[in-house]
Amino acid sequence: MIVSHLSLTDFRNYERADVALEPGPNLFVGSNGQGKTNLVEALGYLSTLGSHRVSSDQALIRQHQASAIIRARLEHGERGVLVEVQLNRSGANRAQVNRSAIKPRELPRYFSSVLFAPEDLALVRGEPGGRRRFLDELLVLLSPRLAGILADYDRVVRQRNTLLKSARSAGVKGSQLSTLEVWDERLIELGSQIVEARTALVSRLEPEVARAYESIAGGEHSAALENRLSVLSHSDAEEDAGDEPGLTGVVTAADAASAFRQSLERLRRTELDRAVTLVGPHRDDVVLRLNGMPARGFASHGESWSFALALKLASVAELRRDTTTGDPVLILDDVFAELDAARRERLAEAVASVEQVLITAAVHDDVPEALRANTVRISRGRIFEDRDERA
Amino acid sequence: MYEGIVQELIDEFGRLPGIGPKSAQRIAFHILQTESHDTTRLAELLTIVREKVRFCEICGNVTEHETCSICRDPRRSQATICVVEEAKDVVAIERTREFRGLYHVLGGAISPIDGVGPDDLRIRQLMQRLADGTVTEVIIATDPNLEGEATATYLSRLLHQPGLTVSRLASGLPVGGDLEYADEVTLGRAFEGRRLVEN
Ligand SMILES: Nc1ncnc2c1ncn2[C@@H]1O[C@H](COP(=O)(O)OP(=O)(O)OP(=O)(O)O)[C@@H](O)[C@H]1O
Ligand SMILES: [Mg+2]
Ligand SMILES: [Zn+2]
Repeated sequence: MIVSHLSLTDFRNYERADVALEPGPNLFVGSNGQGKTNLVEALGYLSTLGSHRVSSDQALIRQHQASAIIRARLEHGERGVLVEVQLNRSGANRAQVNRSAIKPRELPRYFSSVLFAPEDLALVRGEPGGRRRFLDELLVLLSPRLAGILADYDRVVRQRNTLLKSARSAGVKGSQLSTLEVWDERLIELGSQIVEARTALVSRLEPEVARAYESIAGGEHSAALENRLSVLSHSDAEEDAGDEPGLTGVVTAADAASAFRQSLERLRRTELDRAVTLVGPHRDDVVLRLNGMPARGFASHGESWSFALALKLASVAELRRDTTTGDPVLILDDVFAELDAARRERLAEAVASVEQVLITAAVHDDVPEALRANTVRISRGRIFEDRDERA
Repeated sequence: MYEGIVQELIDEFGRLPGIGPKSAQRIAFHILQTESHDTTRLAELLTIVREKVRFCEICGNVTEHETCSICRDPRRSQATICVVEEAKDVVAIERTREFRGLYHVLGGAISPIDGVGPDDLRIRQLMQRLADGTVTEVIIATDPNLEGEATATYLSRLLHQPGLTVSRLASGLPVGGDLEYADEVTLGRAFEGRRLVEN
């Protein structure tokens, strides 16, 4: 799938902008703070209904304005669709497809993109929560039904934690404990489905990540993924799990459920003392290994960057595998400045087969020649399409 | 903060379900500015409603008598009880005209976050109704969300006794709509809960 035209009204620092996009690579260049990230953030919004930078939509609406509009013309083969979303400062957002109203949450059915931004370095260097979110977002794209299971699971954890707290402060009453069993059952049922879905995803993603890392960094490096499942762990704290061996391969929901049940039994006293749910997918992690060492804490800056990028390229590979609407649009925000010359060239080759790639860079020459065919210059929230000419 | 009684009124509205501080303030000022006979009528209604309307002593449904019209209706089957969360669910099920048994209104669902445990629901009363063996079937019709499911699980364990059939309403696709318009989550659930077709 490609975006053939994007138009913005009162989005971030754009009062009004129109830009035509080409299949293959599109490069946006401009000095710092001119609106390059804002532009690609708008497209990211259409596929995820959120920004990768802020959690509230308010920041996306141009200062002093009441609403912002993102409108994009999408093309897949012969088919074209016009999608539009209006973000309102007060009141609900609105969305349209081919000028008829739809629910905003239905937008991702029409458009999918994978965005890589500097914030994604946290996938490698940050806390487990970011990695879980990465997996879960991909899972929901591949199997939308899981959105309900993930949301319900989060709520079970909150319900159960509240129950544990009140049981602790009130002394353990019989009827409260019998409801704990009810929540345990839900926790195990939903949680083991998540474990199965995540481990299945990791085992499909693993070869893609290895391939993508190799394509960026060259053959002598090996990137690998390992699951760290709290239901299989014997220490009860997230931090202590550091040197327990990880696990590859799929854990079925049935196996996860029995391990889950045993862990809960073993930890019952501790959980009642600490009043938190100590095991389950909300405590799991996926360990990224580079040449056998954990990337977190060992990998260099450029290596971490490449690993995060490999995760995103692997998502593209996974999404294009079973799609009916073509490749997701790949967005690379500020990537090239962080890579050495050889990796830049190899990345350019690696993304050559993706239907459409949008790239931003502050310095035009950081981006390999092969990706500069359609260059758009951005300055203070305005767009200058000077094809062929250097910015 | 407003002075004394005005603030008290705002706080009081703010305690109502679904009303945040802003709405509470808007309603309070609306009342202050309304013709006085309108607010008198509202005040009267509030008092009468509290005096007249109460909960059916048997099932917990709303009624103006000791027991509700359904519990008093001799044509309803005494052998089946449908357990629901709220009185408004009774109204919804009655609209279907499918169910001819009795109801039991729990008054909510188990939800620790909202401070609701089994002791806060009318579960003991339900057990009392089942004691003499007249009732042979219980249909659990709590909401198809997490708390409703948890409540259903809790009840089905409690109701595990000889001579009593316990069932749970199927949750699935909204009828009357097209399959293509069902959202992914609902449709996904319906797939999981699929049944064999008899042939
Ligand atoms: N809601 C808004 N209203 C008006 N201006 C905004 C709004 N949100 C962000 N901006 C402005 O947009 C600019 C940032 O744009 P953006 O993040 O796209 O920069 P960039 O071109 O990607 O720069 P860099 O090369 O530093 O990454 C800032 O100057 C910021 O003040
Ligand atoms: Mg930027
Ligand atoms: Zn009654």
